[in-house]
Amino acid sequence: MSDVTATARAEILDRIRRATSDRPSPQPIVRNYRTAGTTEADVELFVDRLVDYRATVHRGTPDQIEAILAARGIAQVIVPDGFDQSWLPTIGQLREPLGITELDSAAGVVTTCAVAVAETGTIVLDAGPGQGRRALSLIPDYHLVVVRAEQILASVPDAIAVLDPTRPLTWISGPSATSDIELKRVEGVHGPRTLDVLLLT
Amino acid sequence: MTFLGMPAASLTGGNLDGEQPFPEAARLSVGNAQLRRNLGAATHTIRGKRAAVVSELPDWQELRAAGAAIKDDVLANLERYLLQLEQQVTARGGTVHWARDAQEANRIVTDLVKATGASEVVKVKSMATQEIGLNEALEQAGIEAFETDLAELIVQLGHDKPSHILVPAIHRNRSEIREIFLREMPDVDPALTDVPAALAEAARGHLRRKFLTAEVAISGANFAVAETGTLAVVESEGNGRMCLTLPKTLITVMGIEKLVPTWRDLEVFLQLLPRSSTGERMNPYTSMWTGAVEGQQFHLVLLDNGRTATLADPQGRSALRCIRCSACLNVCPVYERAGGHAYGSVYPGPIGAVLSPQLTGVDRNPSLPYASTLCGACYDVCPVAIDIPSMLVHLRARVVDDKREQHRLPSPEQAAMAAASWTMRDSRRWTRALRAVRLSKPLRGWRLLPPPLSSWISSRDLPAAPAQSFRDWWTEREKSRDE
Repeated sequence: MSDVTATARAEILDRIRRATSDRPSPQPIVRNYRTAGTTEADVELFVDRLVDYRATVHRGTPDQIEAILAARGIAQVIVPDGFDQSWLPTIGQLREPLGITELDSAAGVVTTCAVAVAETGTIVLDAGPGQGRRALSLIPDYHLVVVRAEQILASVPDAIAVLDPTRPLTWISGPSATSDIELKRVEGVHGPRTLDVLLLT
Repeated sequence: MTFLGMPAASLTGGNLDGEQPFPEAARLSVGNAQLRRNLGAATHTIRGKRAAVVSELPDWQELRAAGAAIKDDVLANLERYLLQLEQQVTARGGTVHWARDAQEANRIVTDLVKATGASEVVKVKSMATQEIGLNEALEQAGIEAFETDLAELIVQLGHDKPSHILVPAIHRNRSEIREIFLREMPDVDPALTDVPAALAEAARGHLRRKFLTAEVAISGANFAVAETGTLAVVESEGNGRMCLTLPKTLITVMGIEKLVPTWRDLEVFLQLLPRSSTGERMNPYTSMWTGAVEGQQFHLVLLDNGRTATLADPQGRSALRCIRCSACLNVCPVYERAGGHAYGSVYPGPIGAVLSPQLTGVDRNPSLPYASTLCGACYDVCPVAIDIPSMLVHLRARVVDDKREQHRLPSPEQAAMAAASWTMRDSRRWTRALRAVRLSKPLRGWRLLPPPLSSWISSRDLPAAPAQSFRDWWTEREKSRDE
């Protein structure tokens, strides 16, 4: 730490001590909202939320993956390490290590996920097996996520309870969007403009 | 009231006050019909969306109370949580810097960028860096900063100033945005239409190469978890993910109050924030990272810039609970008509009216605590239950006290108040005064009063004095009873 930042640090901490010399005693934190484990996960609600955010939801088995990609005109796809090879018997695969240029020219990416939240239509990636590093699900314009039914949790508190904060986390709720023009939501800016979800049943 | 020995706001640099006081600036913007139409349409849209998604949650009030209590705990134990955060971030490969004011923060960031050898940076929308005027400081050092949030891009390309916390270009409509893009984007398709999807596409094309080649990114943070050192950025477009993920060096500038104590606390704020700000159940993208991840260099700059001065006022400190959702702007009748620029600070609207004067000291923003009708709509929608109306009244008192300390001679307002106080303190004096007012009945409806009373009358009707005062009526009634 440089001398300047050490001085600044000491001064800020001293200012904080003086500012709170009245010893504020805040109200206790009461968690009487719906905490983890208090609500049942509702798969239909999850699908409804995803559709509301203009994601396309498929239900079925892993052998549908290649058909979903083919319907989108995707002949070659980025496949993160740990993604089940038997789910992609014939399609062309791009695998790590991949540079930025390769990621940018790829037609799409398939990943698994860590958990999903029904109430908000959210899918969380934590760079675990089948998900890859963050850039993989960001740069390609198309993202197909495979979600297992048992990964769907009811609410945000349920997801927080099982996620590991020390992993890089990406919470995804629908395709990239903006509300910056007249506060109306428009899908498709910098992230993947098409989000397909395959819900394994 | 002065806070003896308390940290006083002593800011150098930054964008927290304007050149004109609020009434003058507001008079100009209220006369701009286009601006009022744009603001009216946008704020009504977002109000409806927010109300719908908030009503979906049966436990909204419980979440709101928990959010307020968690933030108050942060403020009461700020030193402990900051040290915990510093320790966690450092342990995971990040470097923590401390900045007392805007100038110091700008110098730290400029030096960090220079050390990488980069001559340009990409930026995620951040109120903290707007507040300190970082882009201007980088420009002076020969470093070009590219705003990547769509609304920030519109503001930057339009050589304009932000006018809203969440949507800095809320004062622009689609056709104005199209004109800015056509004029300022060298690579834009000249056939660009004003359909929002086409405008978003143009922004995508314009920024793509920047994202893929940038060496350094600068961001703010929505939350920092003291317990784990985790930082969170909440966004919609994916520009945040691009900046946080791709460049080799990431510099995050964060106000010292943006902490939450534990990882679990995010379960509250990730429900409160998106529903309050964009009126969505969840924003499209939230990124969380702890320390330096995936081979990046990570620097965290902790910014005071008037926050400890705000913390020192027990009746004003809860303004630091603010999570920058901007729900209070969208419901405010004053904001809707005056627009964000009239406030002169990067923090406009009701929260800006209580936060800006506290960050700068009331002497630099004396008109802002009056930029409100005290209707209370802001308090109702605030996801962390900041009692903005009460705080505005408290700050008005601080403005009056501050003026009294600055000037030996009483102001006309103080003289009038002293006279009123003398009159009202004695019942005979008061009765005589009331009679005098009634006797001046022919003067009723006068629109011409001498200054300073004229400024009161210019925007308000002078109520007519009743034919009989309550006191006279009561005395008469008691008399007739006795008879």
